Amino acid sequence: MRYEMRFSGSGGQGVILASVIVAEAAVAAGLEAVQSQAYGPEARGGLCRAETILGREKIWYTKVIQPSFLLALTQDSLDKYAQNLAPDAVVMADASLSLPACVDPARALMLPILATARDKVGKVMTANIVAVGAVNKALGLFDEAALTEGVRRHIPAGTEELNWKALAEGAALVTDEQAALFRRSL
Amino acid sequence: MQGNEACVEGAIAAGMRFYAGYPITPSTEIAEQCALRLPQVGGRFIQMEDELASMAAVLGASATGVKAMTATSGPGFSLKQENIGYGCLAEIPCVVVDVQRSGPSTGLPTSPSQGDYMQARWGTHGDHPVIALTPSSVQETYRLIIRAFNLSEKYRTPVIFLMDEIVGHMREGVTLPRPDELIINKRHISYHDGANKQCYAVPEGKFVPAMKAFGQGERYNITGLAHDVSGFPTNNNAVAGALYTRLMEKIGRNLDDIVRVEEYMLDDADTAVVCFGGTARAVMSAVEQARAEGMKVGMFRPVTVWPFPEAQLRARLPGLKRVLMVEHNYGQMLLEVQRVAAERLPVGFLGRIDGTVIPPADILNKLREMEGRENAQ
Repeated sequence: MRYEMRFSGSGGQGVILASVIVAEAAVAAGLEAVQSQAYGPEARGGLCRAETILGREKIWYTKVIQPSFLLALTQDSLDKYAQNLAPDAVVMADASLSLPACVDPARALMLPILATARDKVGKVMTANIVAVGAVNKALGLFDEAALTEGVRRHIPAGTEELNWKALAEGAALVTDEQAALFRRSL
Repeated sequence: MQGNEACVEGAIAAGMRFYAGYPITPSTEIAEQCALRLPQVGGRFIQMEDELASMAAVLGASATGVKAMTATSGPGFSLKQENIGYGCLAEIPCVVVDVQRSGPSTGLPTSPSQGDYMQARWGTHGDHPVIALTPSSVQETYRLIIRAFNLSEKYRTPVIFLMDEIVGHMREGVTLPRPDELIINKRHISYHDGANKQCYAVPEGKFVPAMKAFGQGERYNITGLAHDVSGFPTNNNAVAGALYTRLMEKIGRNLDDIVRVEEYMLDDADTAVVCFGGTARAVMSAVEQARAEGMKVGMFRPVTVWPFPEAQLRARLPGLKRVLMVEHNYGQMLLEVQRVAAERLPVGFLGRIDGTVIPPADILNKLREMEGRENAQ
């Protein structure tokens, strides 16, 4: 079993870190994980994608072939990466974006990730952590201890409360009904 | 842990205590991690003004007795070449990491490639010995960089650690060995040899001179010119010829010690897929899929990529019907494989130079195509 996840957006939004956190949470939960990324030469802006592959057995090929999960935080990344998805793929995108026709709306979660980071958590830059909280609530990948361990390793001291709030606000964006529908056991 | 981080942690475990470099994608994390970690273990990190100076600083530091490393990518690797040659001739151990990216020139800075394979062998001018090692996982990166330092010290030569973006920028789980599980070669240092000043004299039964720590008592000369046992330049052709020959033979006569390969499912295979570095991840996946289809496919992966594992591949040829070379370039290791195998077997090739990674399905299709074409004949 090989579960392929793609995280996409604009450089600087933290989608690479989001994918790293998911990969490290997976290792903390005793799973195999491989993480990689592709981005352009720009430090900020530009299309950015990161990939995390999870499984219970050794993962050989390290790149995503056809993702079963897509996170998109910009319209460009949503339009581009929605074109090549596994048949049962789940798409999570920011609510400000419009879903391309090729994606079944029943398999999509359009969530106010960016607005939640800005208005409820109070910092736009926590959008990636909000997204991680939403991803884990929707897919039910890891228990809370593994997820917080994944986040803890990557946040500066003194920002813990802010990040725990971002995780919780992200999880709150996904209803229990949605979580039951999209739950993915590995 | 990321491949680039494993490179640094392994190097520190090997005793590396000096790093000079000029950051460049996709090797930058190596410089970042060295800047963080070396001061914690009593080492020194310095960002130099460019790659030429970085390589010179590494040679200088190593000459004083410290295990030293630099890291770079394509354009920087080109710039380091002249001083790598200096290290080869003056026999100064060091490790040069090249995390390959798509080129030539600045190319596609963030995209994977294996286009520096031949440059790792022939990048610096003149006949010179080269050892180059390539890992295919984060775990292997940690252990193999230690081996790179050990070989560098043992043979007193720069060792190229030829990574690629696939492994350098990949994160995966790593089990770090306990320090007492590791074999670390210490530098064999001799401080005095009396009045003879024969700092480049090779002791009986050895292939390299003992290394004196520069600046710790005895004055001696290091030069990029051909030199005699005193270390001073010479125009004596017999002396120069003997020196160059010894440099080549210290590697050429110790291939059993230096060359390592990974072989997977080759014993009953009629097809060997040859690959190195990150490409092996797609090949392993393709081999397993091909086996599931009933094809007898195995993998032959040079871990020591220079010298090319000629004897190891040759030993496999009698059992094989065909060989497929898969690499992220326009056909570089292919030339070595053809040299060894093409007289006996068909050698197929699958390469890619657009900055993307070869997927297992392409390898599988190529295997089916090769087998089908022969069956149709």
